[in-house]
Amino acid sequence: MIKRSPFSSRQFIISLVVVVITAIYIARLFDLQVLNPQYREYAESNAFFRRTLYPARGAIYDRNGELLVYNRPTYDVMMVVREMSEFDTLDFCRTLNIDLERFHALDAEMKDRRRNPGYSSYTPQLFMSQLDVEEYGLLQEKLYKFPGIYIRSRTERQYNYPNMGLILGYVAEVDQNTIAADPYYVRKDYVGKSGIELSHEIDLRGEKGVEILLRDAHGRIQGRYEEGAHDKAPVSGKDLILGIDIDLQAYGELLMHNKVGSIVMIEPATGEVLCMVSTPTYDPALLTGKQFGANYLTLERNPYKPLLNRAVAGTYPPGSTFKLTQGLVFLQEGIITPQTKYSCHGGYPPLGGRPGCHAHYSPLALQYAVSTSCNSFFCYGLNHMLSNRKKYTSVASALDVWRDYMVNMGFGYRLGVDLPSENRGFIPNSKFYTNVYKTDRWNAHYIISIAIGQGEVLSTPLQIANLGALIANRGYYFTPHVVRERKGEPLETKYTQRHESGVDKEHFEPVIAGMADAVSQGTAWGANLAPDVEVCGKTGTSQNPHGDDHSLFLGFAPRDNPRVAIAVLVENGRWGATNAVPIARLMLQKFFHGEVPESDKWLETMIIERQILPYFYTRNLPAN
Amino acid sequence: MMYKGENVKEEQGKVDKLIVFLYLLFVVLGWLNIYAASFNLENATGLFDLSTRAGSQLIWIGTSLLIAFALLKIDVSFYETYAFLFYLVGIGLLVLTLIVAEEINGSRSWLILGPVHFQSAEFMKFIIALALARVFSQYGFKLMETKNFLLVSAIILLPALLVILQKETGTALVYLSFILVMYREGLPGRILFMGLAAILYFILGIRFSENQLGMLSVGELISVILIILFSAALLWSYLKRYQAFFRLLLLPGAVFLTAFAASLFSVSIDWGLTALIALGVTGLYLLFLFVKHRKRTYLFTLLFLVGSFAFLESSEYVFLNMLQPHQQMRIEVLLGMEQDLSGAGYHVGQSKIAIGSGGLTGKGFLNGTQTKLKYVPEQDTDFIFCTIGEEHGFIGSSLILILFTLFVLRILRLAERQPSVFGRVYGYGVASVFMFHLLINIGMVIGIMPVIGIPLPFFSYGGSSLWGFTILLFIFLRIDMASRRR
Repeated sequence: MIKRSPFSSRQFIISLVVVVITAIYIARLFDLQVLNPQYREYAESNAFFRRTLYPARGAIYDRNGELLVYNRPTYDVMMVVREMSEFDTLDFCRTLNIDLERFHALDAEMKDRRRNPGYSSYTPQLFMSQLDVEEYGLLQEKLYKFPGIYIRSRTERQYNYPNMGLILGYVAEVDQNTIAADPYYVRKDYVGKSGIELSHEIDLRGEKGVEILLRDAHGRIQGRYEEGAHDKAPVSGKDLILGIDIDLQAYGELLMHNKVGSIVMIEPATGEVLCMVSTPTYDPALLTGKQFGANYLTLERNPYKPLLNRAVAGTYPPGSTFKLTQGLVFLQEGIITPQTKYSCHGGYPPLGGRPGCHAHYSPLALQYAVSTSCNSFFCYGLNHMLSNRKKYTSVASALDVWRDYMVNMGFGYRLGVDLPSENRGFIPNSKFYTNVYKTDRWNAHYIISIAIGQGEVLSTPLQIANLGALIANRGYYFTPHVVRERKGEPLETKYTQRHESGVDKEHFEPVIAGMADAVSQGTAWGANLAPDVEVCGKTGTSQNPHGDDHSLFLGFAPRDNPRVAIAVLVENGRWGATNAVPIARLMLQKFFHGEVPESDKWLETMIIERQILPYFYTRNLPAN
Repeated sequence: MMYKGENVKEEQGKVDKLIVFLYLLFVVLGWLNIYAASFNLENATGLFDLSTRAGSQLIWIGTSLLIAFALLKIDVSFYETYAFLFYLVGIGLLVLTLIVAEEINGSRSWLILGPVHFQSAEFMKFIIALALARVFSQYGFKLMETKNFLLVSAIILLPALLVILQKETGTALVYLSFILVMYREGLPGRILFMGLAAILYFILGIRFSENQLGMLSVGELISVILIILFSAALLWSYLKRYQAFFRLLLLPGAVFLTAFAASLFSVSIDWGLTALIALGVTGLYLLFLFVKHRKRTYLFTLLFLVGSFAFLESSEYVFLNMLQPHQQMRIEVLLGMEQDLSGAGYHVGQSKIAIGSGGLTGKGFLNGTQTKLKYVPEQDTDFIFCTIGEEHGFIGSSLILILFTLFVLRILRLAERQPSVFGRVYGYGVASVFMFHLLINIGMVIGIMPVIGIPLPFFSYGGSSLWGFTILLFIFLRIDMASRRR
């Protein structure tokens, strides 16, 4: 054995240190690899790049299968600065049809981290957006010459008709609130912002897919994770078929040109909206593409509020069209019979001839009252109803019974149409008046104007049209809806359920007879399409605080087995017969005959050329 | 030399099989992991494609084996005879490198001879080990004689200085690992203890420099208390009487107790000042003991106390003014003072994520995502251990660690077995270098050592380092082979 060297015991200390350090390191490895599973998660978020695959947004068709809205591909030029080399800038500019100055401006904009916070020279950055197909083709051919340039395709809404912008709505980048409310969305997603695009967003958007890619530390894509085994294909949005007939809609918009108001037509048997015109309106194509911002601002600043869908969001006193509901309630409640006659001497006698009325026979029964639109008759009716202490314990309870009928006929609450920003209108109840008059000792004469659709009563054009459908159906209606079919999914049940008005079928006949008379020989004679179609209608002339009376018409046709209910409202259009009736006539001609007969062409021309721009909207604008 | 009958016999002595086996295992595993680390998902290249990292590593492995074989054939006396000559040539090369080398990645350490690029600093490791072995093997050599101590220090520090000038601080630190050889050959433990104490003061001083307690920061306060305790312990070890330890603590203890008692009566105490007074009192007491007994032990203890305090006070200055900003950052990140996952902490953060994501069993060969996608920097050189950790998990990485430990322990065992001082010292030199590389490299990757760019032996990609380690190891195996004949 060798002689032990001096300090040889120190070998054990050294070996011990080696073993202790090894033990510490193994403990550390155990801690990192076994005790801390979060490192695996970090690793996944690091290395996996989940690329969203966007589904195609659903297309929209009209009731005849006419394509209204679809997606058009647009192309963005993407640049990966690190990969650019031997770059012929001039050729590139020529291809994109831009000059060198523009190129440098775009380049600077892309690289400016304030305007483009996500800028990185390793990842594709948006250089120029929305090339059209020709530019795209040109660039695609030469792409091999430009290393670092990529083309990203996206889709954009495209419209076949310049009509119904308000109904279709528009699509834009999602805002923060929506992202917070729905985890489906992430920044820069596109989402429906108004109209059908908004109300049917869930149907139209489909379901995003995902592609899991592997990404290196610089964000460069290195390949697909496990050959795409975990990828999910996107599900395209559902196509929608509208109840709207685009021809009718376009014609309505034409007729309403230079007028403010609304036309709503409903198929009574289904509640499908056949046309919903609200003017002024805009071409939906304005709110797409590069010009979105500028156009939106212009529309927003237009004093006539072209972004307001008056058919569902505008509230107006329904005027005389509301008398139909009164007649029905009085009959149902037994206040009157079809034979009950009230007197009228140029107005409502108990209040000294107010509200006033026009020349007709007196006394008169319901049918004649409807056809001549007698104010006095319905005021008597309401007074008798509210003052009937045998039937109702108090005026208040009588009014609340009245109110319930109005609500059942679709007034006072949102109908539930599949469009955003619907207004509920207003039907007062007893509590409302007690508050207003600060006492419950009010009586029918305080509030008599609600009998003729004035006073506190407010309704939307859609509610008025819905009343037409209800009367056409003799007692029930379906919630109006613009989308009649969602491809691959049935309609929501709320659009297929009957809503009963609470008025018996037989009570409709005298009212309908009055409406038929109004068209054939009364106030609405201008809508008479006899002998082809027997139209039933009711004019309205609603007083309002915004200037001249609104011109209204409510009707349906034909009298038996009605196919269409219609409401027309022209703001400040004066008498119902002046504007609403001829417009309704032309719309009904279009509906029943496909086009307006030669004999009505003069009327068509006259209406289209007529300009009624309410002073109300511009009264507060600065001069010029 | 074949004609010398004696030497022919010597050639037939046995090479240590375990070390050779581990060596071959390491280089092959290293090669596979380099392939894995540089594996490209998009266009996978072959394992033997010479244009890739793995391919060129294969060339380095092949040449290393040739070198190893040649080294085993060279007579053992050759190394002993020419150790100093090697040393002179090595120093010359370092100086030459410093003069002619161009800057690559911030360091001037690459010598370029036609197609061959190599780092002279890598080869200096075995040269220093040989020189040390040669010095220690002089007859009647005692390390603690001043002349000898200075000579040994110079042998180590001169190349270290030259390498620092090349901006390869990591490699210079590797040379300092030869202090372990000195310890084995009789360097007093107190000196190592002082070195460790200095590192401790430095860390405490930097880490807890933000909060002030009176005149001192929290870190300085703790360090001052440690200085007093260490001084007492030093005295204990000199006098070999534990009573000395407590006697020295008596006065500073009294100072602290007084301050504590005063604070109970809601006198506001400047704890920093208190600690300084306690330190001063201890120093004065030591001075008194020295003057009274005229024993050098008291003077040494006093010097230790004063030196420690001076070091503590200057460490912050050194940290702020002498270290490069990136080095400061690395230290701050390591000490948990900075959370900078995209800057200095990025490397370590990513390597911890890569290793941690491996889990117990790992993701499997070529299935690691972190290393493959280049999240981990230097993944096939200094951070190669990440690939092992990610693809082979806890089982794989701890197995490698254990094999390395076995490797080092075996070298230590062989070194102790050497009949000659030359062989033993050289063996310890080899063990020190490997230990230091493992300690720092793996410690860095798992986030408990600062980021010092030195390779993992046999695993990290690179010709110079593989050749350097091979030469280092096989000279020792040759020496061991010669000793086994007897």
